[in-house]
Order: sequence, then structure tokens, then C-alpha cells
Amino acid sequence: MTSSKQALAHPATSADAAPGSQPGAARGAQGRGTPPPSPDSWRSRLYRWDMKASPYAFIAPFFIIFGAFGLGPLLYTAWYSLHNVQLSGLDHQTWAGLDNYKNLLSSEFFWNALGNTFTIGVISTVPQLLMALAIAHLLNYRLRGSTVWRVVMLTPYATSVAAATLVFTLLYSWDGGMVNWLLHFVGVHAINWRESDWGGQFAVSSIVIWRWTGYNALIYLAAMQAIPADLYESAALDGAGRWQQFRHVTIPMLRPTILFTVVVSTIGATQLFGEPLLFGGVSGSKGGSAHQYQTLGLYMYDQGWGIGNLGKASAIAWTMFLILLIVAAINLLITRRLRKSQ
Amino acid sequence: MTTTELTPPQAEAKGTPVVRGPGRRRVLGAGKQMHAGPVTYLVLTVFALVSLAPLVWTAIAASRNNERLAQTPPPLWFGGNLFKNLQAAWEQAGLGTAMVNSTIVAGTITVGTVVFSTLAGFAFAKLRFRFSGLLLLLTIGTMMIPPQLAVVPLYLWISDLGWSNQLQTVILPTLVSAFGTFFMRQYLIQALPSELIEAARVDGASSLRVVWHVVFPAARPAMAVLGLLTFVMAWNDFLWPIIALNQQNPTVQVALAALGTGYVPDQAVIMAGALLGTLPLLIAFLLFGKQIVGGIMQGAIKG
Repeated sequence: MTSSKQALAHPATSADAAPGSQPGAARGAQGRGTPPPSPDSWRSRLYRWDMKASPYAFIAPFFIIFGAFGLGPLLYTAWYSLHNVQLSGLDHQTWAGLDNYKNLLSSEFFWNALGNTFTIGVISTVPQLLMALAIAHLLNYRLRGSTVWRVVMLTPYATSVAAATLVFTLLYSWDGGMVNWLLHFVGVHAINWRESDWGGQFAVSSIVIWRWTGYNALIYLAAMQAIPADLYESAALDGAGRWQQFRHVTIPMLRPTILFTVVVSTIGATQLFGEPLLFGGVSGSKGGSAHQYQTLGLYMYDQGWGIGNLGKASAIAWTMFLILLIVAAINLLITRRLRKSQ
Repeated sequence: MTTTELTPPQAEAKGTPVVRGPGRRRVLGAGKQMHAGPVTYLVLTVFALVSLAPLVWTAIAASRNNERLAQTPPPLWFGGNLFKNLQAAWEQAGLGTAMVNSTIVAGTITVGTVVFSTLAGFAFAKLRFRFSGLLLLLTIGTMMIPPQLAVVPLYLWISDLGWSNQLQTVILPTLVSAFGTFFMRQYLIQALPSELIEAARVDGASSLRVVWHVVFPAARPAMAVLGLLTFVMAWNDFLWPIIALNQQNPTVQVALAALGTGYVPDQAVIMAGALLGTLPLLIAFLLFGKQIVGGIMQGAIKG
């Protein structure tokens, strides 16, 4: 028998080999040995056409729907970002050139949002991934009830942004909030999490950390379980203790996975939206009373649907995309550098 | 980014831990062989408590009243108002409609994503066609595009179409998934022997027949996992629903958001709402937690 791939690629050749019988009709009775369709029959032509067209038919839904609702809008967003589009008068779109972008770059709120996105991104991503690494390492030991531990660690992932943020908002409330109550035991005065500058950013970050740490831990755990045991054995023979094995075997082997989670978390942090929106309560789309935790995602929502300037919102969306592309490029550079050094 | 082969979840179907495809059994990390000491259990318990405490406390807060929640110290045990608050949240937020809507939305998205991903994943894994490599690269590349980039035009289009506040506006853009397509491709490369397809072909089976009788049965474990992951994601989706839907026809997340941004918030009722909104997924976690964990661990090794 020819290799399966060849047979799949050239159905006509296998059909040519045994002509003269109708496919399908007697299939049930004759089973697998049924001779393939004759090359001239309309059935065989249909069959060959089916072979050629079906791969495209199978991938078509993805590309059609993605094209219509993902790629098309992407380009239209670029178009709208060059226009003046107001929510109050959708029919009156006028050419604006680069005005929206100029407007954006000269707006202190844009820079504020960019800075907030960066700081919240750092204080939510770094501790999250470090803790995930620690949890994964612990879960990688032979544990009693290992599945239960994994499921428990992942439970926050089941909670939605909306539900989690509402709960954490109450935990962080100034009066009678759980967090401030616990802090007073260690002698810290009540903090107004919602109104303070770094307090709000920290609170928003903690929601992200809570929801995603277990998820990242499982990603690390999967990668850890793929590390060959002989690496540890030889490290142990060289006299490496558990900590040294973790530092000199686990971490280097996990490098591609760590980079991957850094990129995914960075993408997530760039798009942060629901947590600051709901944490802010009534002043939600402003990102707090003084824009303390207004992220780029939130700024876009506020400009588009709070203020009603959809052209500017489009410009913000494309700026976010450019930032993501830069992040991806930096990641590519680092990955290359790492690979060379290995 | 290197692409490590995804391991198929058939091991999980047999009831053993996942990520151990053929040939992987030997290479488990050494940590796996080391037994956990008491310190490990202690630290894990702390992390587990941090994971679960906010959820348990949500239930406690939902069983109290607003005045009690504003006092110090906060309540640490259940009160007697749970059912009253659940009912109030249900009515105030219109959670009945929202639950039905979320079920329709997440259910349709799940079925669509699983079926379309399996079809496309099968084509990319086992069929030869022009530009398949390029198209696969394009598919993976689309994962980089943030959803924010689509919302303005989508919003303008649905306004034009008169689709504002209708569920299909939330369903259609999320009906396919690049991740799902890639996930199914990686699974089917290993799990679906090409000889099976070939045999069906020799029998003169049409492509649709092959998909129905060979591909879908072979893909079932991965379809289940992808379905669970998709359902969780679709149920929790926030950005586009809150722009596209209003309070007359909300999903659960949109209803919860409205509950939280009221001017005179009744915290106990809000907590009851948060609890109700999360409950369906918590139940799913109780039932399918292991599969969801396995799915994330398989899908994860893209690094």
C-alpha cells in the first residue's frame, strides 16, 4: 500500500487501478474490498471534485466568519480611525485624516491610560507568573489527590470578570471591608482602595492575579511533566539538591513556556477592561474618580461609548494593536537571542 | 515560538492523568517521583484557600444584609438572608432572561466552535490542498488580533442592520476559533490514523461521510474538552456583550455589571447575583473539573 498521504493526495490513481464498478451502492454488502469508482462515471467525477473541494469547504466556515467579524472590522477600524464618527450622528462621517491620532497623542488621559496599563500590567503579571511557577512546582510532586488540587487551583478561572470584580470590590471596601479589617491586625490603617492612586491599581491587579494564577500554573505543570527524568537524575548524581535542580534544570527547560505565558499575559494586560470598569463603580468608565486605573481598553470604551467619539475609539484600538505588535516583535527577538545562546 | 506537539487526550478518557501521549510515559519530570513533604501540603493548602475563599465568602455575604456587610468585622459565617437575596438579585437584575440568553449564546458558540474547529482542524491535519501551510499560519496569526479592534465597526454594522440588542450579534463574531482549529489539528494528527480515512475512501465514501463516520468519532475526546473550554469562555465573555446588548436583553455578565453599577448598591443582593452568575460554571467545574484541567494542560503546550 502506498503511504496514506499519497493515497489521500491522489485519489484518482487508486480509482484507476480497479475500474468498472459503482461505488457506494454495493458498499454495505461488499465491505472494505469494494472496487473504487470507475474513472468515467459521473460518480467518480463527483468523487474527485469532492476530494478537491472538501478541504476548502471544511476550512471555509472559519475563514468566512473570521473574515466577516474579525479581519473586515480590523480594516474598517483603521478606516474609521481616520474619520470623525460620532455616536450621536452615525450618518455624518467626515474625513479627519490623522486628527484622531494627533488628538490622542496630545491628550494627557491617553498617556495616563498608557502608563496605567503598563503599571497594572507589571504588578499583575509578574507576581502572577512567579506564583504560578511555585504552584506548578509543588503540584509536580507526587501528591495525594493531585487532581483535586489542580481543580481547586483552577476554580477562579470559572469566575467571570463581572462576578470576581463585584466580590473583590466588596472585599476592598473602605468601611467594613475584609481586606482593611485583616490589615488592621498587622497595624496598617484602613486604605481607601477605590480612591487612592496605587491602591486602586493594586486592587485591580489582585483580581487579575486571583483569576489567572491557577491557569498559568497548569500550563507550567504541563511543561514540567514533559521534562525528561534523566536530566534530573544526572543533576542529582552531580550532587544538586532540590532547589538547585529547580534552578538549573526546571527553569531552563521551561524557558519557551515561560516566554509564551509572558506574551499571553502581556496581551491580556494590554486589553484589561472589565476589572477596572466594574471596580470603579459609578465612575467606572473613567477608571476611578481621578482616572487612577483607567487602562487603554477602558479609555477606548469611555471615548467610544461614554463620550461618543467612535473615530477616536478606533484610533485607540489601532494604537493598542501597534503596541501588541511591538511586544510580539520584542518577544521574537528575545526568543532568537535565547536560542542562539543555547 | 516553537511548536511542541500537543498530546492527545485519549489517556484522560481512560481515567489516567493527561499529557502523557504515547512515548511520554517514560519522561515524566523527576519531581513527579518525589513525594510531597508536609511543607508542600501546607503551602498548597494556603494557595487553595486563597483560590476558594472569595467564592465561599461570596456565599456568606449573599446570606447577610447590607447593614451587616458595612460593619466591622465582616461576617465570617452564614446568615439567614440567602434565599431572600437570591430572589431579589434574580428579579432586580433580570437574571431569568439573562440565564436563558447566556445559555443560548454560550451553547450555540460552543457547538459552532467545536464543529467548525473539528472540520478545519481535520483539513489541516489530514488533507492536502494548495496553500494549506500558509492558511494554517494565517489562522494561528489571527490569535494576535485583540477583540477591541473589531468592536467599533461591528457596533456600527449591527446598528445599520437593526440587530442591536439581539443575541446573534454576540454569537456570530465568536462562532469560530483559531485556537480551537489549531487545537483540533494537533489532536487529529496523532489520534486519527490516515489508514482509516483511506479505507473509507476506498469504499467510496464522500467527504461528509468520512467526517461523520470517521473524523467525529475519533475526535470526540478532544471535542468534549474544547467544548468545555469554549463554554467557560463564552459564558464569561464581557467586552463585546456589554457594548452590543442592553439591559432589556442581557447576558448574565451584562446583567451583573448593571447590578454592580447602580447608585444605591445593596451589596448583599449584588453578592447573591455574583453567586448566581457563577453557579452554572461552578457546577460544571464540580462535574468536569478534571477534563477542563486536562484541556488547559494540553492546549497550553504551545510554547
